[in-house]
Order: sequence, then C-alpha cells, then structure tokens
Amino acid sequence: MKKQLAAVNDFVVKFANVNGSGSASANTLFAKSIMRMGVPVSPRNIFPSNIQGLPTWYEVRVSERGWLGRRGGVDLMVAMNPQTWNEDVKEIAAGGYLFYDSTKPMPASKFRDDITVIGMPLTQICNRTYTDARQRQLFKNIIYVGALSALLDIDPEAIKKLIAEQYRGKEALLDSNIKAFEMGRDYARAEFKCPIGLRCEARDAVGDQIFLEGNSAAALGAVYGGATVCAWYPITPSSSVAEAFERHCKKFRREPETGDARFAIIQAEDELASIGMVIGAAWNGSRSFTATSGPGISLMQEFIGLAYFAEIPAVIIDVQRGGPSTGMPTRTQQSDVLSCAYASHGDTKHVLLFPEDPREAFELTALAFDYADRLQTPIFVMSDLDIGMNERLCKPLSWDDSKLIDRGKVMTEEMLDAGTAFGRYLDVDGDGIPYRTYPGTHPKSGAYFTRGTTKDRMAKYSEAGPDYIENMERLLKKFETAKSILPAPVRHANKVATRIGVMYYGSTSPAMEEAFELLQEDGIVVDGLRIRAFPFHEDVEKFVAAHDMVFLVEQNRDAQLRTLLMTECEMDPAKLTPVLHYDGTPITARFIAGAIGAKLGAKNAQAQRSAAGN
Amino acid sequence: MTYIAKPKLNHPQAAINTLGFTRRHYEGTISTLCAGCGHDSISGAIIQAFFELSIEPHRVAKLSGIGCSSKTPTYFLGGSHGFNSVHGRMPSVLTGANLANRDLIYLGVSGDGDSASIGFGQFAHSIRRGVNMLYVVENNGVYGLTKGQFSATADQGSKSKKGAINSDSPIDLVSVAMQLGATFVARSFSGDKTQLVPLLKAAIQHKGAAFIDVLSPCVAFNNHGGSTKSYDYLREHNEAVNRLDFIPKREEITTDYAPGTVEDIEQHDGSVVRLHKVAEDYDPYDRIAAMNYLQAHAARGELVTGLLYLDREPEDLHSHLGTVKAPLNTLGDKELCPGAKALDAINASLR
Ligand SMILES: Cc1ncc(C[n+]2csc(CCOP(=O)(O)OP(=O)(O)O)c2C)c(N)n1
Ligand code: SF4
Repeated sequence: MKKQLAAVNDFVVKFANVNGSGSASANTLFAKSIMRMGVPVSPRNIFPSNIQGLPTWYEVRVSERGWLGRRGGVDLMVAMNPQTWNEDVKEIAAGGYLFYDSTKPMPASKFRDDITVIGMPLTQICNRTYTDARQRQLFKNIIYVGALSALLDIDPEAIKKLIAEQYRGKEALLDSNIKAFEMGRDYARAEFKCPIGLRCEARDAVGDQIFLEGNSAAALGAVYGGATVCAWYPITPSSSVAEAFERHCKKFRREPETGDARFAIIQAEDELASIGMVIGAAWNGSRSFTATSGPGISLMQEFIGLAYFAEIPAVIIDVQRGGPSTGMPTRTQQSDVLSCAYASHGDTKHVLLFPEDPREAFELTALAFDYADRLQTPIFVMSDLDIGMNERLCKPLSWDDSKLIDRGKVMTEEMLDAGTAFGRYLDVDGDGIPYRTYPGTHPKSGAYFTRGTTKDRMAKYSEAGPDYIENMERLLKKFETAKSILPAPVRHANKVATRIGVMYYGSTSPAMEEAFELLQEDGIVVDGLRIRAFPFHEDVEKFVAAHDMVFLVEQNRDAQLRTLLMTECEMDPAKLTPVLHYDGTPITARFIAGAIGAKLGAKNAQAQRSAAGN
Repeated sequence: MTYIAKPKLNHPQAAINTLGFTRRHYEGTISTLCAGCGHDSISGAIIQAFFELSIEPHRVAKLSGIGCSSKTPTYFLGGSHGFNSVHGRMPSVLTGANLANRDLIYLGVSGDGDSASIGFGQFAHSIRRGVNMLYVVENNGVYGLTKGQFSATADQGSKSKKGAINSDSPIDLVSVAMQLGATFVARSFSGDKTQLVPLLKAAIQHKGAAFIDVLSPCVAFNNHGGSTKSYDYLREHNEAVNRLDFIPKREEITTDYAPGTVEDIEQHDGSVVRLHKVAEDYDPYDRIAAMNYLQAHAARGELVTGLLYLDREPEDLHSHLGTVKAPLNTLGDKELCPGAKALDAINASLR
C-alpha cells in the first residue's frame, strides 16, 4: 500500500478554483467550521488580477499549535480547475491527497503514483439535482464542502450552524444549502473510506480569538480613531478599507434623531484628489484618511510633501502589493517602505507604522489619528495584502473607554481670547511641534496662511535661508519627538543567551514566530525584535548593538527597511544580513528558518575554513 | 523677499459696513504682482464684495493653487485662513475643507493654467460634486508665473510673445462648468467692477458650486514682442534683474459698458477681446439656452459676460451625502467613538 500522510489538526488543504465560480463563500465555510471546532486555521486567498475565468486558490492551514503563517506545501488538493491541473497535482506533497471532480475521469497519466486520488462526480451530481446553471455551479462548491467534512472528519453541526447564520431569514436558501451539504457528505461516506489520514478533532485551542480581515479592522480603527472624512480611489488590495469604513459608519455614525451622517466618504477622481481632500479636511480640523496601495502612493507624492512641510495631519493606509508599476497587483509585498518613508521631493521623512495582523491594523490605525494630530504630519499605516485581504485569527479587538481623542496642539478661541501668543510655526514647547488653529476660530487673531513655500515662524512668506533652515531643523526635532510617542518594538526573547538577532516587521510576524521554533529545532538560537514604527525607537539600535549578527527579514527585493536602518541609524551594513522573500506569496517559516540556517551554515563553514588557514 | 504689511491706519471718514468694519478689514498684504496686472483688480473686487456683504473675514476660508492668480489670496481678507496648495489641486483641498466644516464660506482662487491645464480634472470634479464654494478663475490665457507659455484657454491662432502660434483649440471653462452642473455660472472682466462686484456677491451667497471666469489681462506677457523695452528683452540683456522691477509700469485696463452692448477691450499687447454683456432681460435660469447663447456668440468672436446661469434651488455636496448639520470637525468622542461595548459585540460576531 502506498504511503499516506497522516496528521491530526496539522495539515494544509488547498482549493484550486476558477475566479467567479462562487467558491469563495464555500471555502470560507470550510475554514471557519474548523475554527468552530476550536482548531486554529489560517486561510489565504491567492487570486488573479481579474474578475472571471482565471485561476484562483484558497489555501487553508490547519494548525492545532496555532501557527498562522503560511506553511508552504499542500497535503490535500481540491482540484476544481482543469486549467491548472498539472501544476496543482505537482504541488501535492508525497503521500498527500487529491480530490477532484471525476465526472469526466482523468487518464492515469494525469495522476501521480505517490498520492491518493479521490474522485467524486460533482458535475454529474449537480446536473442530476439542479436545472439552473448558476445553481449547478454554486452548489457544486457546497457539495464538495460536504464531502470534505466526511473525509476530514469535520463536525457537520459546525458547518450547518454556519450556514444557518449566513442565511438567517432566508429559509429557502438555507434549506437548499443544507441539502447540498448533506448530499456531498452522504456521498463521501458511502463511496470513500472516511476519514482519510488527515483529520480534524475538536480542541480548545482557539479561545476567544476572532477571525477577520485586516482591511475591515483598519476601517474600524478609523471609526474608533474618530475619522470623519474618508477620500479614496479604488485600488486592489485597499478598496475594501473604504468600503468597510462606509459599512461601519452606516452602523455607528448616524445622528440618532435625524439619521444624518456623521461622516463623509468621497470616492475621488484619482489619488491626487483623495489625498488633497484628506489634507483639506485635516487642515480644517476633521480627522481624515485615505487608503491606497503602491501606485496610489506614487501619485500622492507632491501632496504628501505639502502636508509634511505645511504640517498638516493625514492618515494614509497603504495596503502594499507587489511592485514596481502594476507589478503583481493581487500579491503581497512590503515594498513601499522607502517610497513612503521619503515620499515627495526635497528632504522629507515620514512616520510609518507596521501592523502585524488585523488586530494591530485596528489598533495602529486608531492611534495613527492621534499621532497625526499630535505630530501634525502624515502618518502611514503600512499594511499589506496578506493582512488586508485574508481573514486571520487574532486576539479580540479591545478599546479603553477612558481614552479620549487627542487632537494635539490646537489653539482654541478661549486661549486666543485669553491672550495666548500664537505663531503658527513657533516651537513654544521645544519639541518641534507648533500650535495650530482651525480656520474660523477667532474674529481677530489666530488666522494664518498655509503654503508649501518657505515661511517664517509666524507663517509669513519668506525666502530667507535662515528661516528655511530653522523650519527644516524644527521638522527634524519633531521627528525626534515622534520616537517617544510611537509604539516601541516588541521583543521576542530567549532563555538562552545568543549573539544572533533577527528583526522583522508587519505581516512577517506569524511566520517568524514559527521560524523561531524551527530554528531552535536545528539548534539555532536567535533573539527577535519586531519593529513597529519608523522613526526607529532607541531599542532598535540597542538590539543591533547587543548582537554580533542581525538578520533582517523582509518581503521585498532590495531590503528596504535595511536601507532605512543604514541611512537613519548609520548602522554597519555588514551587521545586517538581509533575508528576502518577494515572489508575492506570504513568507513562510520554512523559508525564514531555511535562509537563516543556510546563511549561518555558510558563515560557520567560512569561519572554519579561515580557521584552517584556507 | 517678504510681503509688505499695510499700515493699519483708518481714515476717519471711511465707510463702514453693518459689522462696523471698513474696507481695510478686508484687505491683505500689499500685492507683489506686476503693476497693472488684472489679478489685482479682481482682488479689489473681492475685497469690496465681502465688505459690502458684511461678512466676518474669519468666516471665510480662501484657497488657491499655484500661479500669479493663486498668490492673490494673500492680498485680500487678511483675517481669514488661507491655503496656497499645489499646482492645479486647490479644488480637492477645498472639497476636503468643506467636508470638515460646512459653516465657513469657501473661496477658491485659481488661474487658467492652474484650472484648465494641470488641474482640469479637479476643477471639473469639484464642480460636478456641487461643492458649496465660489470658484474664481483669473483667466489671462497664459502662464504668468512661469513666464508666458500658452495656457489651455488661449485662443487658437493667437500668438505668444515669443512669436509661437497656438494651434490647439481653447477650453471654455464657462461652458464646461455649465455642462458639469455648476449651479451658478458667470463671466466677467477684471476691469469691470460694476459688473464683477455684484456677480461676486451673488456667487458668495449662492449655496452650491458657483463658478466665475474672470478675464484678467497679464501685463508682462501681453506686451509687444519686438520691443527693446519688453520684459523679455531686458531679461535677455541683463541676467541679474528681478523681473518684477522691469515690468514696464502699466495701467490696469478698465471698462464700464451697458448691459446688452458689445465692447472691444484692447489688451496690453494691442490685441482685442470683444466682450458682450448679457442684456438685462436675459434669462439665466435656462441652462440649455444659456449654453446655446454662449456658443452662438463665441462663433461671432464674442465672449459673453454677466450672470449666465443660475439654479435657484441648488443642492450641494453635503445634501448629496446627507451629512449632519453640525460641522464634522466639531463632533467629539461621544458622537464619534462607538466604545468598548460595541467592540465586544463586534468581537462576538467574528467567532
Ligand atoms: C507640479 C507643478 N508643475 C509646474 C509648476 C510651475 N508653475 C507654477 S505656476 C504655473 C502656471 C500658472 O499659470 P496660471 O494658473 O494661468 O496662473 P497665472 O500665473 O497666469 O495667474 C506653473 C506651470 C508647479 N508649480 N508645479
Ligand atoms: S506675470 Fe502677468 S499674471 Fe503674473 S503678475 Fe505679472 S501681469 Fe499678472
């Protein structure tokens, strides 16, 4: 008998579908049902930049241990797309399983002898049961979920409950979905040996974690952060931020008596206009934001420089995708780090925040509005497709009701009436942050002119060198001040002392957590530091100083954060070893551990060679 | 170079408005534009309009792009917040500002380069969104600040100072504004205060997207090509000069002509613009008729001036969005943050 993979609550299932076939909701149903059994799952959408017809995949990692990074490798392939048959079959691990629609049986040459093939005549079953073409397509998905529930031993009640929640109030749809699900389940139980080697067993490993997408979380962060104006232009993978913001606002931001909107959302004509609106609204005292991706960031450059120089708050949620240019619009990367850090012409530096998951996308977005107001500058929330467009398990969102909106240094009518001196660009507190007034504040004082040209401390137009230099130096001081305000890095410490460190940021986090263990299994002990903000906290420099060698894991080609560290902290490049993953798929623990192991192996080999005198 | 502040002296007999303010309260710093620039006349008209309307200057937000015209907000309403944004993108900044606080009066000032070239898109979209504002284009057919290149409103066949012939057809911002749904559309001439001031006043009070195209001659780049006294000639022969010092002093071009009549206005370069003031019985409420009227006169080489179109029941962006009456920038924690309890419910729905 051929070898068969066997595992309980620890495997990867991948669905190969055709875009537009309605598989998404069935696949989510599959992932969620496992979560409902108390077993952590982490699904990822791998989709084309197209609406219909092209291949799309949904990869579900089931991990009782709670690893949420992408694992790599496939144990069970649900091959529903003839177009990608060859590559899908190739991807299955030795001993793994292939589930496919056997209505038209495949010739033996199309299979591999080291995998187990499970064929189910899905189309035939559908055509027998349904006459409507769309129904045939949609229910095919539910039928395979039914079959998989039997093959993998997933609790059918969990699935039925999910279906019931989804179609609450739509009885006809509910019944027909349940029927399709059971049809698939019964067929599998009658025809196949269930379960296969891969199995789910109920556990209590999910706890109170929630399951949500980063873009929706970021949008909720904008609601909690008090944003009232959102101006945006559609672009994958960020569009759902604005869409979710609208959904959340419709629920939470209606004036109870009138039903009027306490928010304004504009789909602008382009990214130039969207950031312009954000700046105009923020200048006028509303918290405002835009969500975009790399190409949008490129277009916003001139305005970002204006906001920096004229000191206007703005929140920009950058959901990064593969670049340059249109690059890989539906794949993930961390490749806008430099273009955001130094956005626009002239000497600029901007604050970047790096959320690790949806929960932090929520938290850091909400905080970004405080930072923007306190620092009077643009703040970038550096999310990415992996965080933004995949449902992730994460700790529940939390909010402290005693926390109030911090509008920073705003001079009010009362202060002006009391005779407080006002100069728009006066550094009264020595932290580089001046006071501002909102337009219309006071009939006699407080008005000033905002411009992109150089000005003196009183906001008067000036082309004088000393005024320019004073202004630019104050902006640097403000950037220094930011370090004490922004979130500190998170330390992943070891019990054993080590001279090797690893730094990482953003969506790399779950894979890195797992990589620490893989490395340890290989006898490699490393310290970790997750960077959460630029400008870099002093702990970042301390961490590098405390280690002989520091790996910097990034999802881009050019080691962009490393460049930023070298430029801004004057770090020795030889000390920062890049570990780079940039094919557009989320980085895996296997990749990180492999790359670090290989580099250390090479270093060790080199050290041994030179010790031996070669 | 810094702007020169005006002395704060008030003439004891100066007229005061119902707020007790004199014209002075509506002025800004002294203009640094070329003497005789049409834009200065427009600033004067804006000062007069706000003065006569007795509007508190601090209730006005004045926004502009980049260009000589866009510099003018410094020269009027010194008590207002101003915003000199980036080239061609004033409309988006104004739109955002308006969303944040619907209670202020928004005055956007732009040039024909700013609005008809680089900012054509933003101009169009702010108009079609119905942003409650007064959008003034100070239209001179050239790029003033970058020294005389053609703008997109320059007439086909017109000649630049360097002798180039403009082969592209012009964009008529008035027709575009009308087509895109502006609810107040007018054209005027910078030198015709008797026409311009009432138009500005009406537009300021209009609750919707109001657009006024103001023809505004440029002294510097409408002067004679072959002259050895021209700015270009001097610049070419003296690298060190500050251009403003060498603009030959010119008188502002002014005019005063009766409704229903045609007036030929000679520009500084000798070319002639033929203005046709709409008659008093002109019906400005019919948009289609207005557009036809404009086209018919344009075919005759005449630019129609006056209030061309008015929607008496305008809607604005806030009414489209259904926003609350209170300015969004006045909402506080209680109105904005749903709080921990709501978040618990959200968490529960995500398990
Ligand atoms: C992005 C950008 N491109 C080009 C310029 C240079 N520039 C400054 S003003 C101007 C044209 C101004 O023309 P117009 O709006 O007609 O105003 P005028 O000076 O004639 O009043 C240009 C091209 C700029 N400031 N920014
Ligand atoms: S260059 Fe032309 S538009 Fe500019 S200030 Fe001089 S006359 Fe006016």
